[in-house]
Amino acid sequence: MQLTNRKVVVSNKEQSFAERMYLPAIAKGMIITASHLFKKSPTINYPEQKRPIANVYRGQHVLKRDENGAERCTSCGMCAVACPAEAITMTSGERKKGEEHLYREEKYAATYEIDMLRCIFCGLCEEACPKEAIFLTDRIVDAGFERKDFVFGKDKLVEKIDQRIDVTKRQTPEVLAFKKIPGLKHNELYDAKKLNKGHKH
Amino acid sequence: MTAFIIYKAIMCAAVFLLSLGVAAYATLWERKFAAFLQDRKGPSRAGPGGLLQPIADGVKMFMKEEIIPNVSNRSLFIIGPCLFMVTAVMTSVVIPWAKPMMIGGHLYDLQITDINIGTIYLLGVVSIGVYGIMIGGWASNNKFALLGAVRASSQMISYEIAMGIALIALIISSGGSLSLKDIIEGQDKGFANIVWQPLGFLIFFICALAETNRAPFDLPECETELVGGYHTEYSSMKLGLFLFAEYINMFISSAIMAGFYFGGYNFPFASELYAKLGLVEGDWLISLIGFGAYFTKIVIFICVFMWVRWTLPRFRYDQLMNLGWKTLLPLSLLNLALTVVVEYFRGNIHF
Repeated sequence: MQLTNRKVVVSNKEQSFAERMYLPAIAKGMIITASHLFKKSPTINYPEQKRPIANVYRGQHVLKRDENGAERCTSCGMCAVACPAEAITMTSGERKKGEEHLYREEKYAATYEIDMLRCIFCGLCEEACPKEAIFLTDRIVDAGFERKDFVFGKDKLVEKIDQRIDVTKRQTPEVLAFKKIPGLKHNELYDAKKLNKGHKH
Repeated sequence: MTAFIIYKAIMCAAVFLLSLGVAAYATLWERKFAAFLQDRKGPSRAGPGGLLQPIADGVKMFMKEEIIPNVSNRSLFIIGPCLFMVTAVMTSVVIPWAKPMMIGGHLYDLQITDINIGTIYLLGVVSIGVYGIMIGGWASNNKFALLGAVRASSQMISYEIAMGIALIALIISSGGSLSLKDIIEGQDKGFANIVWQPLGFLIFFICALAETNRAPFDLPECETELVGGYHTEYSSMKLGLFLFAEYINMFISSAIMAGFYFGGYNFPFASELYAKLGLVEGDWLISLIGFGAYFTKIVIFICVFMWVRWTLPRFRYDQLMNLGWKTLLPLSLLNLALTVVVEYFRGNIHF
C-alpha cells in the first residue's frame, strides 16, 4: 500500500577516499562561514538607531485635552467595555464649580488606569471613545522592573498642557468621518433618540 | 648579576602581561569573531566598540559569589584551576619572541630562557596542564565534572602521542636541535618548516585543537552533554581561571605553531629589508619588526582557531578516539618515516 508519493530511496553508498578524509568538506564549511565575515549584519543598535514604524502604529495610550486644555474624557466607560483584555479601570468624579478649565464635561475620570501588561494594544478603546479622548500613539511603553510600575495612572496617561501629543496620524478626517457613520454600535447607543426608542420597547 | 636579574624579571613580567593581555582580548575577539561569522555585531556596549568588555567580564567574575561545594575536596578544588593556569602561563617561558636586542653593548635574547630541551619542556608542561582539569573535575565530587575530567585526560593522552611524533619529524627536518631558538633561527635562511612538514603541520594543528580543548574537540566541557564539564561546580574567579587559561593555551599554541612551522619572527626577505633600512644586528628596530611579524602570525592562528570553532560541530566521543588513535597516530608515524627518507636524500641525515 502506498500512502504518499514522497518516498525517497536512501543511498548507502560507500564514502570515497576524499569524503573519508573529511578535509575537503571541512574546507568547504570553513569557506561558507568565512564568506559571512563580509556580509552586512542586519542588527540595528536600538536606542541609537530606530526602525521606521508605521503611521498607524499602536503604542502607549494618551488621554487628550481639548483646545482649552480641559480633559476630554467624561468617564463614560465605553473604552473599558470595549477592551478585550479588561485592562482599563476608572472611577468617575463630578466637576465642581470653577473646574471648567480642567474638565470639559460635567463628569470626569477621577482615576483612570490602564494595565500595560494586560493591554494588547488593539486600539478598540480608541474606536469606542465617543469623546475623541483616548488615542494610541507611536510611543513605546517603557520597560520596568516591577509589575505595579506597569499600571499607568492619569499622571502618565493624560498629556501635559505644554507637551501636547500629536495624534493626527491616527485621527485623520477619514477616521472622524467613519466614527460618525450611523449604525455603528457606539453611535447607536449615544444617539439619544435611538436610546429612548430602545427604552420604549 | 643585578643586570641579569633585572633583565630576567622584566622579560618574565613582559611575557606574563603579554599572555594575559592577549588572552583577555582573545575572549572579546572570540565573541566578536563569532558574531561576524553569524552576521551579528557582537559585544559593543562596554567602551567604544566593546573594547572594555574584557575588563567588565573580569570585574563580573570577581564579584560573583564563590561557592565551594561541601562534598568537594576543598584543597584539591582550589589547586585545580591554579595548576591549570600556572601550566598555561609556564609554557610561554621557552618561546623566543624576537631577535636579540643590543642594550649597553650586550646582546639580550628576547626570551625568558633558552633551554636546550625546549621542545620536551613544552610537551612536559602541556601534559601537566591536564592535571589541573583532572584534579578540578575529580575534587568537585560531581558526576558531570568527573566525566569531563576523564574525557579531558583521555583526550589529551591520545592526542599528545601524535603531537609528539609530529614534533620529532619536525626536529629531524629542522636540523636536530630541541631548542626553540635554534628551530626558529634555522628558518631564517631558506624556507619555513611548513614547506618540508605540511603533513606534520596538519597533524600538529589538529592535536593543538584537541590539547587546548577547543571545538571541535571541546568534549571535556560540552554544555549539551555535561552541563559545564570539568568546571560544572566552579564559580567566580576560579571558573574565570579555567576559562582564561584556555585562551592562554590558545595563544601559546598559536605561538608554538607560528614558531615551529611558519618561521616565528622571520619573514620572507627579512634580511634584505633590514639591509635596505641599514639596520645592524642588535638594533631594536629589528627586534620590533620581527616581533610584529611573529605577533601577526600568532593573531592569524588565533583567528583560525576561532574560525574552526564556529564552523565545525563537536565530535562524538568514539569519533574522537578513532581520529586520534586510528588516523592521526598512523599518519604521524608515516610522516616520520617520510621525513627520514626525505632528509636522507637532502643530506641532513647520515648513517
